[in-house]
Amino acid sequence: MKRIAVLGMPNTGKSTFFNRFTGATASVGNWAGMTVDLMRATLKIGEVTVDVIDLPGIYDLRGFSEDEMVVQRFLESTPLHLIIIILNTAQIDRQLSLALQIKHLQIPAILLLNMADEAPKFGVKVNVKKIAQHLEMPVISMSAKYGNQHGRGYDAAIDAIAQTLHQQEYPICVHNVSDCAIGDRQLATELDAILHDAVHVSTQHSNTLTTRLDRLLLHPILGLPLFFTAMYLMFQVVYTLGTPLQELLGLGLDWIKVAALEPSLAPFPTFLKGFLIGGLYDGIGTVVAFIPVILLFFFCMAIVEDSGYLARSAFLMDAFMERLGLDGRSFVMSLMGFGCNVPAIMGTRVMRSPGLRMLSMLVIPFSLCSARLNVFIFMTTALFASQIAPIVLFSLYLFSFAAALVTALLFKGQFPNHDPLVLELPPYRFPTVKQIFVRAWVEVKHFLRWSNRFIIAGVVIIWLLNNLPMDVPAASDQTLSGMIGQAIQPLLQPLGINSQLAIALIFGFVAKEVVLGGLAVIYGASNDASLGGAIAHQIDWVQAYSFMLFTLLYIPCLSTIAVLKRESKSAKFAALAVVWSIALAWMTSFLFYQGARRLGF
Amino acid sequence: MPASYSHLAALQPGHIAIITSLNLPSQFRQRLLALGFRQGRQVTMLRRSAFAGPIHVRIGTTEVMLRRRDAQQVNVTLVRG
Repeated sequence: MKRIAVLGMPNTGKSTFFNRFTGATASVGNWAGMTVDLMRATLKIGEVTVDVIDLPGIYDLRGFSEDEMVVQRFLESTPLHLIIIILNTAQIDRQLSLALQIKHLQIPAILLLNMADEAPKFGVKVNVKKIAQHLEMPVISMSAKYGNQHGRGYDAAIDAIAQTLHQQEYPICVHNVSDCAIGDRQLATELDAILHDAVHVSTQHSNTLTTRLDRLLLHPILGLPLFFTAMYLMFQVVYTLGTPLQELLGLGLDWIKVAALEPSLAPFPTFLKGFLIGGLYDGIGTVVAFIPVILLFFFCMAIVEDSGYLARSAFLMDAFMERLGLDGRSFVMSLMGFGCNVPAIMGTRVMRSPGLRMLSMLVIPFSLCSARLNVFIFMTTALFASQIAPIVLFSLYLFSFAAALVTALLFKGQFPNHDPLVLELPPYRFPTVKQIFVRAWVEVKHFLRWSNRFIIAGVVIIWLLNNLPMDVPAASDQTLSGMIGQAIQPLLQPLGINSQLAIALIFGFVAKEVVLGGLAVIYGASNDASLGGAIAHQIDWVQAYSFMLFTLLYIPCLSTIAVLKRESKSAKFAALAVVWSIALAWMTSFLFYQGARRLGF
Repeated sequence: MPASYSHLAALQPGHIAIITSLNLPSQFRQRLLALGFRQGRQVTMLRRSAFAGPIHVRIGTTEVMLRRRDAQQVNVTLVRG
């Protein structure tokens, strides 16, 4: 077993390469001796089995950001057979400095000049052979995005990796990265020598598409309205295409239940039948029916993220975020949080100021993630007329923003931030169809793994609580869930949340999808009509909206809490995030429910 | 045209200038160096955002945004106004 690390600057297509190289088989794994997760994959190159690790993108090997220190610790603790360096060809004039720093580490390395397809647009010409001579390592020009559709660079890269790996029998470890570091002056001299010899950049660069698009999209007045319009359109696409698909899948699952499952289970005792159909099948089926919505959502996310528009939102929002004690990056991370809060929180590692990082981590859990979106789509389509449902859903996004805003304003004094901000604005690109699919597929896989672990367990527990003891009517006050619900009624009654909904909330803290599965189990048991109809029978829209507000805010899910604790290295901070969100949720729902009732709704 | 000395945040859109020095704490200086902000390099001001927000500049083939407060610490000589 040999070991390879993939290293590069941010925005160089490093993950695209890593996905292509490993066939998107990588999984996140905790690395021994490190407190952070790194992507890794095991694959065969020729005869050799290799372990490939994707290191976070860094600018400087000597840096002090969390990411840079992760890389330093990794290099000092892990013997390697090879480092693959990924740089963006179009920006070789500055990025070569990282390759130079690696050269001085004395670990076998290979340099892949990625995005070779873009370089001509920027007027960049590179003499690969000369760079290889200077760096004393193999250098290959390629495109990770297009693979062999662009030249034969990708195959050549794999060949070179195999060859270097073959020659390297023993792994090498760096004892101290800073000992190998060279000073700024020497770095500049070496860099200039290579650039002078091997790189030609024409001063008249002609990437006019990005320049023209920016003139509109970063316009001082139109920029922000255009951005929010784009976000609204994305929401509309997911909703208008996703909901019918979800309903169709739901109907299909119902049909299977009636046509196949119920007849074949007919001879079994009622309790077991109820458990299998009303518990497991209905609970999981309701959650699974949302896979098309998740797919669509992440199709859109992949486009927005990879196009470079997401980075632009940092530029547009920074002035506003600065007044909240945050910065443009916090805004980008909050948007990422609309997919899933966990990677968004990990994304705050690029921030060096602890205050800024903590405050960002405190607001990100209020981003309405895709799991909560599923719950809300389910409830709004069940309880509101089809014309109003998307508006109701969109209003929850506004509440999500408002909660983040209020939180930042209230806590910015506790988390002072003087971090300077500089961010790259990459050129606009359109991801390939394959990239979009791979991204969405990875998310769906993640979702399915979740459902295996937590959603099934959550749904089963909720069903059992709802149906035990066996001699009382299901979902009544005498069941276990009824008793638990009654116990916390004093807290939730002022919010219009009844004891059955309370049970869904309690277990929903594990994963918000459980709220959805739980609702299916609870209301599926009480009525033979459609699930949505059953809910509409028991609660009115004011209660439903109050419940949705509470679900939106009340607590970060279990994995978010875990990652909050790990990233902040403070149990106290994680506790603050939990307590504050519960308090905010309670107050918001209380004000809404009581206010609406006073107004006569 | 006589050279005029200024800082990066003072440039107007379309201005081109040469970096003369970085008057910054070492960590931030290192980040700017890695992004290509080296002495003697040419930088173009592309746009300034509303509400005293960040500025958008091009250096070589890289485009970056930075806050005005930080950009004030990057000294430049104006080449073309």
